[in-house]
Amino acid sequence: MITLKVNGEVRELDVDPEMPLLWALRDVLGLTGTKYGCGQAQCGACTVHLDGEVVRSCVTPVRRAAGREVTTIEGLSPDGSHPLQRAWCDLAVPQCGFCQAGQIMTSAALLASNPKPGDADIERCLAGNICRCGTYTRIRAAVKKAAQISEEGR
Amino acid sequence: MRERRGAPGRCVLAVAVIALACGRTRRQPETTSKGGASLPQVSAGELRSAEALAQIENRADRSRALFAEASRVFLHPRCVNCHPDGDTPHQGMDLSVHDPPVVRGPDDKGVVGVQCSSCHQDHNLELARVPGAPEWHLAPRAMAWVGKSPHAICEQMKDPARNRGRTLAQIVEHNAHDRLVAWGWNPGHGREPAPGTQEQLGQLIAAWVESGAECPIEGATP
Repeated sequence: MITLKVNGEVRELDVDPEMPLLWALRDVLGLTGTKYGCGQAQCGACTVHLDGEVVRSCVTPVRRAAGREVTTIEGLSPDGSHPLQRAWCDLAVPQCGFCQAGQIMTSAALLASNPKPGDADIERCLAGNICRCGTYTRIRAAVKKAAQISEEGR
Repeated sequence: MRERRGAPGRCVLAVAVIALACGRTRRQPETTSKGGASLPQVSAGELRSAEALAQIENRADRSRALFAEASRVFLHPRCVNCHPDGDTPHQGMDLSVHDPPVVRGPDDKGVVGVQCSSCHQDHNLELARVPGAPEWHLAPRAMAWVGKSPHAICEQMKDPARNRGRTLAQIVEHNAHDRLVAWGWNPGHGREPAPGTQEQLGQLIAAWVESGAECPIEGATP
């Protein structure tokens, strides 16, 4: 039995410890906001936070999350009001949308460590998050807008 | 970091050990030491043992030969790929730039969003082909090996200012037992391992230290 906290709630999982965290989130806990993309940590669609740090859940064994806190896109805010979610809506960032949960989760980790990131910071941080629709310019603008929303909200 | 290419090994034959000991290069393969004793021929995937090199009578020549043999491990892509002379690691047998284009960050473990541990686990993932080992990280910039000669690597390894203050004894221990170093011989997913074994490397470095920790002559290559 593996005990972990997911989006603030303690969960006990009777699963193979080597099961990818993504499988546990989607298939066992029903949290389908996190997407399966490449399954090789190459695209970033499966990005979640583990104690605030970015991990690719498709290659992270669930045992690594034991006793730790996992945050998924569903847990970023209770009502979609995180500055990144607001900025994403304001700028209509997604096209197909498949990669966007990963883009937002990675960006959230960036803003948590760097409240006012520049272009280079954003590019370095999101280097592992691929968008096949090519929404990169809107993503960058939205991260900056989220930083602005956060600053104004202080 | 994924190995996608099937390019032939960059590893070269350890044929110039004695040339290194004598400070000469560009020689045909030799199997006879200065003292006339024969040294064993080894394949690209093997190392000459410390015991085999013990027959080199001159202590300094023996020390240089021991490090030169060990440098075949240090310069193998499994090792040198994470000792980049820049901010991005390499991958594959051809030292391709790491994909995705990660950077070393302030502590050599990546930056927020693309830390080494974002993708690399404590073990190799065979299905996903993602290599992994405990404490996966880049060597500090001061320990860059890409493009360096055995002489330069040797001087660097002995220099406390560039080896994180390690003593020679600690260098022996690191080479012989470090778990990330051990990945070089257990790289997973069909990747070519470093030559020999970690135990052999540890013995070579221990013998190198015991023989005076002499460095190969600049310009000499294994």
